[in-house]
Amino acid sequence: MKIETKSRIVVFILSLLVWILITMVFSIPSLVTGLVIALITAIFAGEMLIITERKFLLKRVWFTIEYLFKFTWELIKANFHVAYIVLHPLLPIKPGIVKVKTKLKSDSALTMLANSITLTPGTLTVDIDEKNQVLYVHWIDVKATDIEETTEDVGGRFEKLLEEIFE
Amino acid sequence: MHDLSINQIIGYVIICGGILFDLFGVLGLVRLPDVYNRLQAATKSVTFGSAGILIGVFVYSGFTALGFKALFCTIFILLTSPVSAHAIAKAAHKAGIKLTDKTVIDLYQQDKSESEESK
Repeated sequence: MKIETKSRIVVFILSLLVWILITMVFSIPSLVTGLVIALITAIFAGEMLIITERKFLLKRVWFTIEYLFKFTWELIKANFHVAYIVLHPLLPIKPGIVKVKTKLKSDSALTMLANSITLTPGTLTVDIDEKNQVLYVHWIDVKATDIEETTEDVGGRFEKLLEEIFE
Repeated sequence: MHDLSINQIIGYVIICGGILFDLFGVLGLVRLPDVYNRLQAATKSVTFGSAGILIGVFVYSGFTALGFKALFCTIFILLTSPVSAHAIAKAAHKAGIKLTDKTVIDLYQQDKSESEESK
């Protein structure tokens, strides 16, 4: 099967599922409307979801679950960190923009890495240099400026998991 | 007072937690010194706070149309709010907005000026 067709079918099923879940009406007119809308979505925007051929691996599902747990934990930690900084009378910040190296190549993996960095304690991705594989990260409490150390501190938490999931 | 079922009480508690973190985010917006630090507070706390409120709505209303709408909104907020933060931070740096005086290092600026010189 061609990859575009495959992607369209996945998009169709997903949008139909979303429609059913957000309406929760199981009458014939509602389901037909959903079918038509899912079909339109699949025709016009269906080829964008899946762009590379990959095997389905159970390992990948496992790593995704692990990633989600780790991400949630880091997000909670990040929020307590922000709360601590904001409520501290002296505002203990030491901001700066540092560089972080990455081994990831695919677009989706880089996007998820940048998003994860932004939602983890004290860091915010500013820019990506895809050619040199470097992320510029704003760090509210700079602990290291050396590129190796920052890579370990900021990106290392997620990089391995994302590599397993996306590449 | 109405009789609340247990999931409604839990829902209210989660909503209150979300509002609390939204409040921290707002405090951060007021207290922190420059755009980038403010974005840090805004993205983290406001994402988590809003996601908390929406998940609270989901727990409150259970597996209904309202609950699932809230759940989908959570996913979209978690995916889009960091992206908008990157866009704002990059645009601010491009527009030449200075980092605060407390800043210790700005490798982004260094690399940019180096590449301009080499041109």
